[in-house]
Amino acid sequence: MTLHKSLPGEDTYVPSERRIARERHRRARTRRATAIAATSTLVTGVVLFLLITGSPGWERTQETFFSPHYARVALPQVLEGLWLNLRLLAVCGTAVLAFGLLLAVARTLRGPVFFPVRALAIAYTDFFRGLPLIICLLMVVFGVPALRLEGVTNDPVLLGGAALVLTYSAYVAEVFRAGIESVHPSQRAAARSLGLSSGKTLRFVVLPQAVRRVVPPLLNDLVSLQKDTGLVSIAGAVDAVYAAQIIASKDFNYTPYVVAGLVFVALTIPMTRLTDWVTARMDRRRAQGGLV
Amino acid sequence: MSTAPVTATESPVLRMEAVRKSFGTSLVLRDVDLEVAPHTVTALIGASGSGKSTLLRCANLLEEIDDGAIWLEGEEITDPRTDADAVRRRIGVVFQAYNLFPHLTVLQNITLAPQRVHGLSRADAESQARELLERLGLGGKADEYPDRLSGGQQQRTAIVRALAVRPRLLLLDEITAALDPELVGEVLSLVREVKDEGMTMVIATHEMAFAREVADQVCFLDAGVVLERGTPDEVFGAPREERTQRFLRRIVEAGRL
Repeated sequence: MTLHKSLPGEDTYVPSERRIARERHRRARTRRATAIAATSTLVTGVVLFLLITGSPGWERTQETFFSPHYARVALPQVLEGLWLNLRLLAVCGTAVLAFGLLLAVARTLRGPVFFPVRALAIAYTDFFRGLPLIICLLMVVFGVPALRLEGVTNDPVLLGGAALVLTYSAYVAEVFRAGIESVHPSQRAAARSLGLSSGKTLRFVVLPQAVRRVVPPLLNDLVSLQKDTGLVSIAGAVDAVYAAQIIASKDFNYTPYVVAGLVFVALTIPMTRLTDWVTARMDRRRAQGGLV
Repeated sequence: MSTAPVTATESPVLRMEAVRKSFGTSLVLRDVDLEVAPHTVTALIGASGSGKSTLLRCANLLEEIDDGAIWLEGEEITDPRTDADAVRRRIGVVFQAYNLFPHLTVLQNITLAPQRVHGLSRADAESQARELLERLGLGGKADEYPDRLSGGQQQRTAIVRALAVRPRLLLLDEITAALDPELVGEVLSLVREVKDEGMTMVIATHEMAFAREVADQVCFLDAGVVLERGTPDEVFGAPREERTQRFLRRIVEAGRL
């Protein structure tokens, strides 16, 4: 075994009987665990398959939800709609991050001059975190055009996007604020004793550390936003969900919904993996030690 | 209370008069008077909780005092109209837990304040920092992040960071308390070098041998009061107060003097 080869310049090390026996035991245990996992997975799969295909309505369900014909018809249109979701995600995601950070910083401002700013930021996050997204969307998408304001758009995509930004920046602001508060006060003390003003302390010492720490929860919120871009369909914007709905209501077949759903899942998985990877990498960095 | 024995020919860098500070119901500093002459080292000794750290934090305006007054180079800094940032620019602080910025390299830690507070160009700040690091034996570490350094190297970096803004006064708050015994020496020898360059310092410390060697003035704090002060030989050699004697006896028993 190469593992046991002795290093040059060292005594020739021969693994003891004890070590060999121990390793043999470990290998046997690993083989057994793999076998159990495989069997268990197979059994679960078969049971699920029998349960679903054995249910009385399976024939009809298969035709209505999993029709290959409708899937082929729906896919191109759903993908075309998805392009809108992706653009919404890019624009809204950027706006949410910027606005959320601004709100979080506004809440940490000290001094009597900033009292109204602080109060507004708190009121804003309280309100929009509590308001259900769907209601926010309905209010903005149907309420704003009803005002008949001069020069304000009636475009459901823009209004829907605005509603998403309103709600999500409240969440993201809280994430940023948690990050800012997690930076140890001694860091602030060190920065202030170097003569940095409170603004410069925030900018050069607190925020860089805070933002780094909240990257995983922020990515999580972006995954959520990615899905919720589908809600602009209620305003009549033709996104992936609405494209599916058009076909579904025309032919009374729900396969397009399944297609749209799977497309969203396929889109989310890379994002989720990215989140996991970033989190793991940061945990490793922290495990290496350091101050904070 | 004894009078300050410091032979002050110039006006003091730091002067405290009747400084009082409490946290909630606990009175941490009780009418503390202190004078620190230019180019001298003052060591604050005393048990944990005697008020050493608080005294330093008050001098740097990290804590607001309840009563009394503090002067830095003749200017009263406890006046509420004082610009606290301008005061802190003239005082360097080194903390027990180093408090380096973990997201910045050693070089960036050191150049942050010279660039952002004192308006030096990046090139000037960096060449000055590199020179300082080189001279203090940290030349190879400029581009490392703090968490890759040993405790002793981190604390020496923190000292360099404090020196980089050319302070008029350096406050050291138990800077070796978090270090492994074998790393204490390198940090203390750096402090000796800084003293030899004429820096005015106030040092809160548990290293009695070091205090005795390096200090011009030693103040023994007990329950928020400067119970005894004098030259190292006076305080360590012939303490007058009974409590000082008891404190030093305990230290000797612990093998620290």
